[in-house]
Amino acid sequence: MSETLALEVRNITKRFPGVLANDRVNFALKKGEIHALLGENGAGKSTLMNVIYGLYSPDEGEFFVDGQPAEIHNPHDAISAGIGMVHQHFMLVPVFSVAENIILGSEVTRATKLDLRTARREIRELSQQYGLDVDPRAIVEELPVGIQQRVEIVKALYRKAKILVLDEPTAVLTPQEVEGLFRVMRQLTERGVSIIFITHKLKEVLAVSDSITVMRRGQVVGTTTPAETDENGLAEMMVGREVLLEVEKGPAQPKEIVLEVKDLSVYDERQVEVVRQVSFDVRAGEILGIAGVQGNGQTELAEALTGLRAVLSGTIHLNGVVVPFENPRALTEAGVSHIPEDRQKHGLVLPYSIADNLVLSSYYKKPYAQNGRRNFQAVLGNSVELVEQFDVRTPGPQVPAGNLSGGNQQKVIVARELSRPVKLLIANQPTRGLDVGSIEYIHKQIIKERDAGAAVLLISAELDEIKSLADRIAVMFHGEIVAVVPVDAVSKSDLGLLMAGSELKKEPESVG
Amino acid sequence: MSTGSVDPAVSKRSKGFLIKIWHAINIPLAAVVLALLIGAIILLVSGANPIQAYVALFRGAFGSMTALGRTLEKATPLVFSGLAVAFAFKAGLFNIGAQGQLLFGAMIAAAIGFGIDGLPSIIHVPLALLGGALAGALYGAIPGALKVYTGAHEVITTIMLNYIAINITDYLASGPLKDTSSGNVLARTPEIMASAKIPSIANIPLGFVLAILMSILIWWILSRTTLGFDIRTVGLNPNAARYAGIKVAFTIILTMVLSGALAGMGGAVETQGVVGRFQPGFNIGLGFDGITIALLGKTSPLGVIPAAILIGAMKAGASQMQFDAGVAKEIVDVIQALMLFFVAADVIVRKVFRIRAAGEEEKITLSTGWGQQ
Ligand SMILES: Nc1ncnc2c1ncn2[C@@H]1O[C@H](COP(=O)(O)OP(=O)(O)OP(=O)(O)O)[C@@H](O)[C@H]1O
Ligand SMILES: [Mg+2]
Repeated sequence: MSETLALEVRNITKRFPGVLANDRVNFALKKGEIHALLGENGAGKSTLMNVIYGLYSPDEGEFFVDGQPAEIHNPHDAISAGIGMVHQHFMLVPVFSVAENIILGSEVTRATKLDLRTARREIRELSQQYGLDVDPRAIVEELPVGIQQRVEIVKALYRKAKILVLDEPTAVLTPQEVEGLFRVMRQLTERGVSIIFITHKLKEVLAVSDSITVMRRGQVVGTTTPAETDENGLAEMMVGREVLLEVEKGPAQPKEIVLEVKDLSVYDERQVEVVRQVSFDVRAGEILGIAGVQGNGQTELAEALTGLRAVLSGTIHLNGVVVPFENPRALTEAGVSHIPEDRQKHGLVLPYSIADNLVLSSYYKKPYAQNGRRNFQAVLGNSVELVEQFDVRTPGPQVPAGNLSGGNQQKVIVARELSRPVKLLIANQPTRGLDVGSIEYIHKQIIKERDAGAAVLLISAELDEIKSLADRIAVMFHGEIVAVVPVDAVSKSDLGLLMAGSELKKEPESVG
Repeated sequence: MSTGSVDPAVSKRSKGFLIKIWHAINIPLAAVVLALLIGAIILLVSGANPIQAYVALFRGAFGSMTALGRTLEKATPLVFSGLAVAFAFKAGLFNIGAQGQLLFGAMIAAAIGFGIDGLPSIIHVPLALLGGALAGALYGAIPGALKVYTGAHEVITTIMLNYIAINITDYLASGPLKDTSSGNVLARTPEIMASAKIPSIANIPLGFVLAILMSILIWWILSRTTLGFDIRTVGLNPNAARYAGIKVAFTIILTMVLSGALAGMGGAVETQGVVGRFQPGFNIGLGFDGITIALLGKTSPLGVIPAAILIGAMKAGASQMQFDAGVAKEIVDVIQALMLFFVAADVIVRKVFRIRAAGEEEKITLSTGWGQQ
């Protein structure tokens, strides 16, 4: 690898009201390397990348592209300097086709007339060249997130990016998709593309990167390589203290059945039966983990259980009674807490303050309201407490949730859902996008809820998370629960097989 | 509870308050200035003296107590229609139908006004007002229900309902409810009883006072009550609203009902305070102006008051301008249209005046193309 720098930034400082998001940051990206950027939630990673991509203008700092000083004031400058970015929250137009999305923004300079035919051909060539299989005619909103992400990458390559910024690209991918992405990343670097890769998953960092830069509270705390460190070392560098990467938990003490699901079937948007005749139960004081490759009905199952999606057939009992499952408020009142999969779609109202988001499902109740009038003092008091307790990094609870970093947005949701008495917790990807320190904290909280007698249904794409939290594991495949096993009775590789749809021949399915 | 001291939004008031105000008014202010400048150029080109014209316009609107009274009178229905549009906006609804709702309000208020005799003012005035509000509410409920149950977009349905309202009220005024007194050939209802009329006190129309009170009430509902929280949540993120247990369908219909009631009340106030009867053509435009006013007022219930006064002043001063400067009255409509253009296309205004982009919560989305159900 040549030692020339593809990109260098010096002394980048970026302030937001009340926040020093980047504090004299220096960062150097070598040609053809994969450079991981690591750091706690709110450390300033996305901000730095947005500065590099011209979305934010820094208060101070200099840019060098290929060793030459560069002026980057907006994304156009960045694109012409060969910088492409895939954002933490995708920026595609859902109702447009893949081709339309890719040429969006570069269409004007290409031709006087929108030449979709040529564009489609170019896209096909590009995706073949890099092994990024996308259908230019597909409509974006109908694609799984993994493919949507490919579209974002192709989009950057279509604009001739030599430097690619990937902001938490793996947070929403299945392990298989992650493997695919890593292959693509390596191919790209072989062709001279340099990549900045943000993730919270230390294993990924060690597996794929050439160098690693760690940020903490707006500053760069150091740069290292996978050869020089390990997971524990990285975690300590990030958080500034030792982190427990494994949760400690005692054995479960299951009591009465809290959630009982019988023969449940659910449609998705296209009227396809994606949850098929599912039956299971969750007892007070235990955690049932639902493992499965994403897109096997887990999302729809969770939505049906929380009143967000109509039930096609089957019954759901909560504490032995049928609850009106088409009414989310009745569920909340009955003690159901729900950490939704998509934090920006269901979990938050981004323009609302953190304080308002923290009472999103209880704003109408005492003490937050009385006789239809809201009590702002109580709302504020609640938020001050929770922000402190859950370590939400923000200048104050009045800040709009949309201004928070991705991981801190997630913490707001978790704080809200765990802050009221919980009988049943339905947690769908509860730690997506969180740093190791926060994951440790949230995991402890979930176990605390379990030990206090809550029934927990944990849905996670992270096998490690399921393995370390769950007491029993139900594997979902093609809308069906193909096995329910005690956590100790199954190895990770067996789980992988079950999730892929093959049956375990050696022993009968045991129902714990 | 003394709201002032405990509202967190208020407690941070210091220099932040002025900055907030500035952020709220900079775009509309710039749009108005820009529109007046372009208006001046048009005046110049057409051979008039823009300074003389604008001075006359101002004198005609604020030059005397009578002029001021006329301005407030013109502004009164505009506050209502602007409020109707702004309120619906908060739930993410674009109510183009304020015009139709206002027409039915004006018509029903007239019917109650001339149809019932012998009531004391204290009963007759509110009765006609409430009748007008109810008519507007029912007419607003239709597009709300259509949206919820069939998915029909309210922009389309309200535009069509406007035509239906225009034609039905036309028909009523020239047929069943026509003024049959001898000598009348016009399509119009009889004049309402004196007991149903809303007077002015010292040149201040009482209808205007009512408009201000309604603005404050709507502001209070939106910012201080759980109902307001429901409405704003539905407007900002309907998915999260459902997650939070808010009945989205109900909230949409309720918002349209209240929005329609405001527009209908505006029509009633116009009938009872100014026109004195229902006469086709007299109310046309008031509802449509509501869209301009809501946008100029940044869709804030209090912001519509200065916006309505501004547009009302231009309407009130137009004759004086024509008289003094020899300029066609219609230039006022051109300027008003330019204002709407510049607030809607605020990118232009930002470029010209170098105003930085607004925060998330200040953005106004005219219509949502996707992501809504
Ligand atoms: N648009 C904004 N307005 C105000 N503050 C912001 C804005 N964007 C980010 N911040 C603040 O800047 C800090 C850094 O945020 P940033 O998004 O860069 O964090 P991050 O390292 O990407 O975190 P995460 O891992 O959670 O995504 C945070 O404290 C955040 O609240
Ligand atoms: Mg980030």
